Amino acid sequence: MSWSVIVQSLPMFQKGFILTLQMSALGILGAIILGLVCSLSQYFKVPVLKRIVGIYIELSRNTPLLIQLFFIYYGLPGLGLKFSAYVCGIIGLVFLGGSYMAEGFTGGFDGIAKSQIESGLALGLSTAQLTRYVIFPQGFALSVPALAANIIFLIKETSIFTVIAIPELTNTALDLIGMYYKTNEYLLVLIIGYAIILIPLSILLTWLERRIRYGAFGH
Amino acid sequence: MAHSGINIIFEGANFARLMGGLWVTIRVALISIAIGGVLGILLGVLRTFHNRLLRFVLRLYLEFFRIIPTVALLFLFYYILPKDMHLNLPAEEVAVIVFTLWMAAEASDIVRGALESVPQHQIESGLAIGLSRNQLYRFVLVPQSIKLMMPALINLVTRIIKTTSLLLMISVLDVINVGQQIIEANQQQYPQGAFWIYGAIFFLYFIICYPFSLLAKRLQRNK
Repeated sequence: MSWSVIVQSLPMFQKGFILTLQMSALGILGAIILGLVCSLSQYFKVPVLKRIVGIYIELSRNTPLLIQLFFIYYGLPGLGLKFSAYVCGIIGLVFLGGSYMAEGFTGGFDGIAKSQIESGLALGLSTAQLTRYVIFPQGFALSVPALAANIIFLIKETSIFTVIAIPELTNTALDLIGMYYKTNEYLLVLIIGYAIILIPLSILLTWLERRIRYGAFGH
Repeated sequence: MAHSGINIIFEGANFARLMGGLWVTIRVALISIAIGGVLGILLGVLRTFHNRLLRFVLRLYLEFFRIIPTVALLFLFYYILPKDMHLNLPAEEVAVIVFTLWMAAEASDIVRGALESVPQHQIESGLAIGLSRNQLYRFVLVPQSIKLMMPALINLVTRIIKTTSLLLMISVLDVINVGQQIIEANQQQYPQGAFWIYGAIFFLYFIICYPFSLLAKRLQRNK
């Protein structure tokens, strides 16, 4: 183990680190929005959309991100759809994450006590009001644990971006190993890089879970 | 392009080769799930014991495998085993080790969670009628918690199967790696081969994983 090797590689790792963070943030944001739309369309049983969403969720949850990325990056140009590696990465992460987030939200919405919805209807709330004041706040609080687990999962999945040559953390490490063959050093930095992102985040999310649980009905 | 491109899958021995690759993928997944599952159940039972040190070590093991992405784990074992431990294993066996340890880590947490959610009065009743600790696990805790842990364990199985797609990265000749070779070999004749081959592999994974998720969902509903 040589410290100078590590120190010299830090600027490159820093770039990869920032890219991992940026792409995770974009992908997770997209996945949450897509997941919410999918979940709501299933919750309110929107006629055709519900079907499409059901098929999408099964396709996305039962296939690996790697093959999704390969299909988007190498396969879709055959249909004339060509994207840069970065865009493919984000599309892939949103495609994968959307279904996981949707299931997370659905779990939350399904957990709302029936009496809450019936009371809302009895008070004469419209569907929009019911969603805004009853379903949303309670369902969101209930789905936070699942969403938190998904966020961690998606950040880890960005390591697969390396297969379409996006220079994120893992790709940086593999590139450096290929060039200088200092495996121990670079792998150590790689693991520390992920630990720096994931350990504080997982502590933060656990804390958030505990805080927000009071928002759920019955506590 | 659309109507002729699909022939790449059935050209020559391509289909048989893809299936051969798929078998490698499935083999790695099956061995890891079997060994890792047994190991995970043992570790899960150990994690319900009150020994502080034991709990801490097992927790550390779990968090290590949880925090580090599987890609990084694969490379860690792929490079470190031969270099620092002088253990030269074929890539496929390295992958089996990684997936087994990962499966065991995740399964241990599921098993622990299920064992701990068996109601306290069940344990106390068992003790009251004079069951030993072994008997308590054998007749009370395990039968009652199996129902609780099944959906999560089955979901874990699909996760392992999906993650075998990473085998390609440590150059195991799995289904995706074979697919790449087919695409490259047929580049001239089938310029859009990537669309069909990757599309086919996408569906192969789906066909394997979908029954498991259906089963998990059904068990979850009947709980």
